[in-house]
Amino acid sequence: MTMTPAIKIEQVTKDFGALKALKGIDLSIEQGEFFALLGPNGAGKSTLINLLAGLLRPSSGKLSVMGYDVVSQYAQARQLLGVVPQELVFDPFFNVREMLRFQAGYFGRGPENDAWVDEVIESLGLTDKAHVNMRRLSGGMKRRALIAQALAHKPPVIVLDEPTAGVDVELRQTMWAFIQRLNREGHTIILTTHYLEEAEVLCSRVAMMKSGQIVALDTTANLLKHIPGKQLRVTMAPGSVLPVVIAALVRHRDGDIYTFGLTDVTQVADVLAELRQAQLVFTDMQLLEADLEDVFVDMVGRA
Amino acid sequence: MSSLISARMRGPWTLFKKELLRFWRVSFQTVAAPVMTALLYLLIFSHVLDKHVQVYDGVGYTAFLIPGLIMMSVLQNAFANSSSSLIQSKVMGSIIFVMLTPLSYLEFFLAFLAASIIRGLVVGLCIYLVAIIFIDLPIAHPGFILAFAFLGSALLGAFGIIAGIWADKFDQMAAFQNFIIMPLSFLSGVFYSIHSLPPVWQTVSHFNPFFYMIDGFRYGFFGQGDISPALSLLVVGISFLLLSWLALRMLKSGYKLRG
Repeated sequence: MTMTPAIKIEQVTKDFGALKALKGIDLSIEQGEFFALLGPNGAGKSTLINLLAGLLRPSSGKLSVMGYDVVSQYAQARQLLGVVPQELVFDPFFNVREMLRFQAGYFGRGPENDAWVDEVIESLGLTDKAHVNMRRLSGGMKRRALIAQALAHKPPVIVLDEPTAGVDVELRQTMWAFIQRLNREGHTIILTTHYLEEAEVLCSRVAMMKSGQIVALDTTANLLKHIPGKQLRVTMAPGSVLPVVIAALVRHRDGDIYTFGLTDVTQVADVLAELRQAQLVFTDMQLLEADLEDVFVDMVGRA
Repeated sequence: MSSLISARMRGPWTLFKKELLRFWRVSFQTVAAPVMTALLYLLIFSHVLDKHVQVYDGVGYTAFLIPGLIMMSVLQNAFANSSSSLIQSKVMGSIIFVMLTPLSYLEFFLAFLAASIIRGLVVGLCIYLVAIIFIDLPIAHPGFILAFAFLGSALLGAFGIIAGIWADKFDQMAAFQNFIIMPLSFLSGVFYSIHSLPPVWQTVSHFNPFFYMIDGFRYGFFGQGDISPALSLLVVGISFLLLSWLALRMLKSGYKLRG
């Protein structure tokens, strides 16, 4: 028996007047996955999340959460979904614990849920701030409270839209430890982030979006295989002009730092030989594995 | 209390409770200030006019004024509650916390409406309790008093929901308050009987729903009014149903709330 997907998106389009924000998205995310949705600004990631959350309505197509249509069965779909919005929004009238209890209450959870709310507060390092008014919290603490609000009703599917934007290392570590624990307990996690190293470490599968379309969808391991071999990063002396033969291998350039894409480690010797022959001086050299950022630049740049 | 609420009802109950707490947390602004304003009106107008004006037989001007001031405050505060809560949460973005929940548009409407009614009634009751310390106020028909207070605050609560959904800026909300709510309430017979107006203005007053709410409410105290309280109740009831229908339509369609 096949398990109902946590998220199923079928031929979804969204138009804002003449702007086609989403152009026919198809995506299925299985229960228990830790999934990353990557893409540059304006790719359509937040639009897709807002459609899932019911904050926007699709122009065409269907979206479902655990088998429940987000439009016609919105109550069931929303009951199963927790969304951390990208913007740092808060209600200035209440403290952290009150807000979390209200949020759980909107989903029909009563006093029996208070122990879970307290656990979320503790796990996200908010215990000292539980009785502090939301408007008196620092930006990082507001972000924690925002994450806690999405988890207050213990949803099986959790969507985090840029949850670590502008937050310190400590929060990232605390938050990811907690989110990974939830994932191990069976919660499905969908993440959008600009920090590709986070997606690479945490997510088992990745979709890359550009201009309202999915341009790559695969397991993280397969996507990393997409860029074969290794990379050689060489810091050249200022004003160096590379010989044509090796200039063709340059995948990325940042000032005098050149990154060569190599299919085989033996090519390192070839590059160095060409540099020596051209009498060019380099000040540093590193041999690197390809990471998700390279895949991202390659896929999104090419699409 | 919350343990007595079923899981089905807990969502709207929570929203209602949050809306109540929201205005109670700032009760100096939401309750004490309007009570103070109404009492200042009472002090000034009664001091100037009590010896010179008698609107109904056997009813002094100060006594005549009190029900009108109570009702005007009930209506203005019921409107302010739903409208200010919605515009604030829209501008600050915190409306998203409610939009992400399984609450239906009807539950959303009822929670905001009930909180508006409570605020209107609390402000009205406070003015009444302070006023009767100084003035002897009869109660001829308590049923009419309660019915008009309840329906009037519900009508303005629904209107506040419409305004709160429609407005995108505090500026637009201030326009609602200053160019619709204030003129309609000041020209509704709070300070006078419409029989003292020229015929044209008497006719114009009949198109003002606030007039029916004030007159019907006042009838509950004195047993006298400018028109039949049954007719007033009918007009207020129909107006409430119309505005509720419009508010529900806006909420159901997601107008300005869901893109």
